[in-house]
Amino acid sequence: MGALVEVRGLRFRYEDGTTALNGVDFQLGAGEAVALLGPNGSGKTTFVLHLNGLLTGEGTVRVCGLPVNPQTIPQLRRKVGIVFQDSDSQLFMPTVLEDVAFGLLNLGMDQPTALSRARAALETVGMDRTASRAPYHLSAGEKKRVAIAGIVAMEPEILVLDEPTANLDPPGQRSLTELISHLPQAKIVVTHDIAFAQALCHRAVFFQNGVITAEGTVTEVVSRLDWDLTAERSKFRP
Amino acid sequence: MHHDVLERWSQGNSPLHRRDPRAKVAALLVFLPALATAHRALAFTAGGMLMLLAGAFIWARLPLARALARSALVLPFAIVFALITWAAGDAGRAISLVVKSYLSALAVLLVVSTTPLPVLLRGLELTGTPQFVLLVAQFLYRYLFVIGGEAQQMSRAAAARGASARKLMARSTPFRAAAGALAVLFARSYARAEHIHRAMLARGFQGHFQTLKNLRFRRSDAAFALLASLIPLAVRIAMEKAIPWAR
Amino acid sequence: MHIPDGFLSAPVWITLDAAAVPTVGYLARRAQRGFEQTQAPLLGVMGAFVFAAQMINFPVGAGTTGHLLGGALLAMTLGPVSASIVMTAILAIQALVFQDGGVLALGANIVNMALVGVLAGYLPFSLWGATRWRRFALFAGGALSVLVSAVLALSELLISGVPMSGRMVGISVGVFLISAVLEGAITLAVLESLERIQPMLVRRPAGRPSRVLGALAVAAVLLASVGVLFASEAPDAIQRLTHQTITEASGWPVKSLTGLAGIALIYGACLLLARVAARNRSV
Repeated sequence: MGALVEVRGLRFRYEDGTTALNGVDFQLGAGEAVALLGPNGSGKTTFVLHLNGLLTGEGTVRVCGLPVNPQTIPQLRRKVGIVFQDSDSQLFMPTVLEDVAFGLLNLGMDQPTALSRARAALETVGMDRTASRAPYHLSAGEKKRVAIAGIVAMEPEILVLDEPTANLDPPGQRSLTELISHLPQAKIVVTHDIAFAQALCHRAVFFQNGVITAEGTVTEVVSRLDWDLTAERSKFRP
Repeated sequence: MHHDVLERWSQGNSPLHRRDPRAKVAALLVFLPALATAHRALAFTAGGMLMLLAGAFIWARLPLARALARSALVLPFAIVFALITWAAGDAGRAISLVVKSYLSALAVLLVVSTTPLPVLLRGLELTGTPQFVLLVAQFLYRYLFVIGGEAQQMSRAAAARGASARKLMARSTPFRAAAGALAVLFARSYARAEHIHRAMLARGFQGHFQTLKNLRFRRSDAAFALLASLIPLAVRIAMEKAIPWAR
Repeated sequence: MHIPDGFLSAPVWITLDAAAVPTVGYLARRAQRGFEQTQAPLLGVMGAFVFAAQMINFPVGAGTTGHLLGGALLAMTLGPVSASIVMTAILAIQALVFQDGGVLALGANIVNMALVGVLAGYLPFSLWGATRWRRFALFAGGALSVLVSAVLALSELLISGVPMSGRMVGISVGVFLISAVLEGAITLAVLESLERIQPMLVRRPAGRPSRVLGALAVAAVLLASVGVLFASEAPDAIQRLTHQTITEASGWPVKSLTGLAGIALIYGACLLLARVAARNRSV
C-alpha cells in the first residue's frame, strides 16, 4: 500500500464542451496535507470531485487502493470527506444535529449510535452548544465548523476542504486553521489563502488550465505563482 | 423577515411547547371546524374562544400582544370581502368573516409558535401526509432565507445601477430588467439545488432520507389532545345554550 | 388569492380538502417514483425561489408594481407534476408560517392554485410550446393559470354564500383579467431571459401533448370559467341547498359533527388511496 490517492492522466470535459482537466497526475501520501493553488476555473474543484466519484473522467484514479467505479463508490464516499465551499449548500437539514447525523444515518448506522457520534463530532469542532439550532442562524465561521463536523463524524481517511477560509474574518480564519491542523486525516485543501496554506500544508501543487504546472513547498509554488502573475500582468501593458 | 420571530417563539420551553405535534394538530383540527361552523351567538362563542387562545399564549409564555398583531396579517383580505358583503346588505356575515378568519389565524399561529416547523412537519408525516411533500416543504423553509437574501442583494444591486445604465441600454426597460434579474435568480436557485444534491451524495445519500429521533406520543399528549379539543367545543355549546336571545 | 379560514361553508371546504389530499398524495407518489427523494431539494429550493421572487418588483405603470406568482413558470420548467408539489408546499408554508390562507381552506387553495392553476398554466404550453406560437403559449400559460385559479376561488366564495352583487363579480373578474395579463407578461419575459442564459432549464414539450393531460386541462379550464357563472347565477339555489341540508335543518352538534366527520372521511379516503397506490406500485 503506497499512496492514499493516486491519479494518472485524468481528463474531464463538461457537457457544454469546456475542458476542465487536461491530464492531471497527483499523489497524496498518508498523513500528508497538500494545498491546491491556482486561479479560478483552473480545475481544482473539478479535480477533487473525482476523488469520490461525484464526477468521472478519463484516466486512472485510485483512492486507498481502490479504483473509482460504481461498486466502490459507496466505500469511497465514506473514505473521502468533502467540505464544500458554500456551507449553505452543505448544511441542508433543519437542525445542526440532524445535519451532522445525516451522513452517519446514510452509512446505515442506528439512531442512538449516529446521535452520539454526531454529538461527539460537534464537540470536536466546539459547536456542541448549537446542536438544536437551525443552520441558517449561525455565523459563517460556525457554519463551516458544523460542516466539518458533518464530515469528520463519518471518520473519513482523506479530508478535502474547498476554500474553507473564504468569507471568514481573520480571527475566524485563525481559529479554523487551528482546528483543521488538529484533525488527524490526510488533507487536500483547495485555497487562495496563502497564509492558510503555509500554516497547514507540507506541499502545494499549482493548477492552471486543467493541468498541474508547479509542485513543491507552498513557498516555492507561491513564488512561481507571483512570477506567473507578473508575466500575466505585463501582457496588458501597452 | 418575520418567520424569524416565529422560530424564536417555537424554541420556547413551556408545557405547550413540549406536547407532541400530533396532539396539537388534532386539537387544531377540532377547533377550526368548531369555529368555522359556529353560527348562533357567534359574538359570545368567538369571545370565549379568543379568551381560550389568549390563555394558551400566556401559558406558553409568548407575547400575547404581538401574537394578536401578527394574526392581523389575515385582515386585509378578510376586510375587503367583509366590505363587499356589507355592501350587499349582510352585515352579520361581514362581521363573522372577519372574526372567524382572525381567530382561525390566531389558532394556527398558536400551534406553529409552540412547535418548531421541522417538528411539526415530522408530526404531520407520522399522521400520513405524503413524506415527499413534507420534505419539499422542509427544504423550502430551509432555503427561504438563503434565496431571499440573494433576491434582496439583486434588487439592491439593480437599484444601485440606477437609471443611468438603463438609459444606456435603450431597449432594456425596467420590466425587462426585472425579468432578467428573476431569470438569474432562477438559474442560481437551480444551481444551488445541484450543489445541495452534490453535498448529499458526497455524504453517502442513496435516495431516501433517514429520519432522526422518533416522536413519542405520551399519555399526557393524549390527555392534552382530548382536553384541548373538548374545551373549545364546550365553550361553544355553553354559549349557544346559555344565551338563547343571541341570534 | 389565498382563501382564509371562515370564508368557505363546510360542504365546500370538506369537498375540496377531500379532493386535494388524495390528489396531492398521488402526485407525490408519482414525483417520488420517478426520481426517488433525490428531487426534494430541487423542488424545495425552487419553492423558496417563488417566495423570493416576490421581492423583485415589476413596474406596471402608474407607480404600481406586480410580482410573479409562479405556478405556470414552474410547470414550464419543472413539469406539471413537480410544479404541483412545489405549489402545494408553498401554500402549506404560507398557511402555517405566514398566516396567508387558512388551514381548513388549504384544500381549496391547493385545488385552485397548485392543481387546477398549474394544469391550466401548462395547457397552452403543452399544446403550442413546440410550435411557432411558443411565445404566445408562454404568455397564455401564465395568464390562464392566474385567471383560472382566481375564478375558481371566486366561485367557491359565491357557492359558500358570500353575497356579492353582479357588479361586484364583474369588477372582480376585471381585476383578475389584469393580474392574469401581468402574470402572463412576467412569465413570458422571465422564461425568455432564462432561455438566453440557461436554455436547458426551460422544457420543450414533446411534439404532441398527452391526451389525458389535455382533456383534464381543458376540463379544468371549462369548469373554472363556467363555475363562476353558475355560482353567481344561482347562488340562492345553492345556498338554499346547503343551508337546508346542514345549517337550518340541524343544530350545532350536527354541524360540528359534519365538520369532524368530514375530516375523518378525508383522512380515511387518503389512507385508503395511499394503500391502493402503494399496491399498484408494487405490482
